[in-house]
Amino acid sequence: MAKVLVVTSGKGGVGKTTTTAALGAALAQSGQNVVVIDFDVGLRNLDLVMGAERRVVFDFINVVQGDAKLSQALIRDKRCETLSILPASQTRDKDALTAEGVAQVIDELREKFDWIICDSPAGIERGAQMAMYHADVAVVVTNPEVSSVRDSDRIIGMLDSTTAKAKNGEKVEKHLLMTRYDPSRAARGEMLNTEDVLEILSIPLLGIVPESEEVLRASNVGSPVTLSNPESAPARAYFDAARRLQGEKLEIQIPIERKGLLDWLFKKRVA
Amino acid sequence: MSLFGLFTKRNTSAVARDRLQILLAHERSGNGNSELISQLHREILEVIKRHVTVDQDKVQVKLDGGLDGCSVLEIDIEMPQMDKDTRRSA
Repeated sequence: MAKVLVVTSGKGGVGKTTTTAALGAALAQSGQNVVVIDFDVGLRNLDLVMGAERRVVFDFINVVQGDAKLSQALIRDKRCETLSILPASQTRDKDALTAEGVAQVIDELREKFDWIICDSPAGIERGAQMAMYHADVAVVVTNPEVSSVRDSDRIIGMLDSTTAKAKNGEKVEKHLLMTRYDPSRAARGEMLNTEDVLEILSIPLLGIVPESEEVLRASNVGSPVTLSNPESAPARAYFDAARRLQGEKLEIQIPIERKGLLDWLFKKRVA
Repeated sequence: MSLFGLFTKRNTSAVARDRLQILLAHERSGNGNSELISQLHREILEVIKRHVTVDQDKVQVKLDGGLDGCSVLEIDIEMPQMDKDTRRSA
């Protein structure tokens, strides 16, 4: 059965779009049919990060308003044929998204895909609420930093109260994805550590993505990091996260600075 | 960081954790209830104003989510001296 997944955070710049692209591509490479939707109307960027910016003809708003068919707006990825993108409009604003229109598009996508990944805009306003409304699963992207954790807490509260599932008395399955994690700063006690963030937010951990220049390099060339450099540390973290989303039980490893034998011996693990 | 620094300065990550725990405990207690509280505040004030002139700032409405699923609604109203001047003529 199709699953609707929202990638959300409240705070901007924590890595929602990067995560949407990387997780989407990772799931698609495992043979799943995946569509990624950009809900950031007016400030679309998923198309750019996925390298599809020059192929956008129709967008999400055109479909919602009935000006184009869904099949006309969907862009199939050139590197991975089970991956599609539904871009946002760059010229309209978030009011152009109607609740009924979005519901209709999601219903139609549920018939065609295994995973519908919604890339939420930052904030807690209309766009973000639309992105999370139909979610079965939520990936809350958090940086180990006070303002990001606070905003994530707020978003978790909204996932429990303003989604379709919450209104039916059900629960959205929530996962925490820690991104931009800097092992050396964490080791020096300069950055909130994973245990603290998990204790504060009390939702299960999906993975820890280390801060890496590979992520910037991937966005420079318009490719999800899981496609451009599958062997890199962030890509491996995203591949593992994708497998966990599919129900596999994998041990989560806290990235550490690889210095030598001693580090390897004392590699930290969390359950 | 030098070994010396390690013992003299508290890790900033611990400070961050403590600040967040206090802040979020406060914010969560208001979650979902803030709308209810302001509505209660407004309506209680309306009823009182029909009979007595009170300062809006002197009406406090608090809802504490206690244990065992039991909440306490606390209403604290500071009234002026009840004499003929403060009673509103109908």
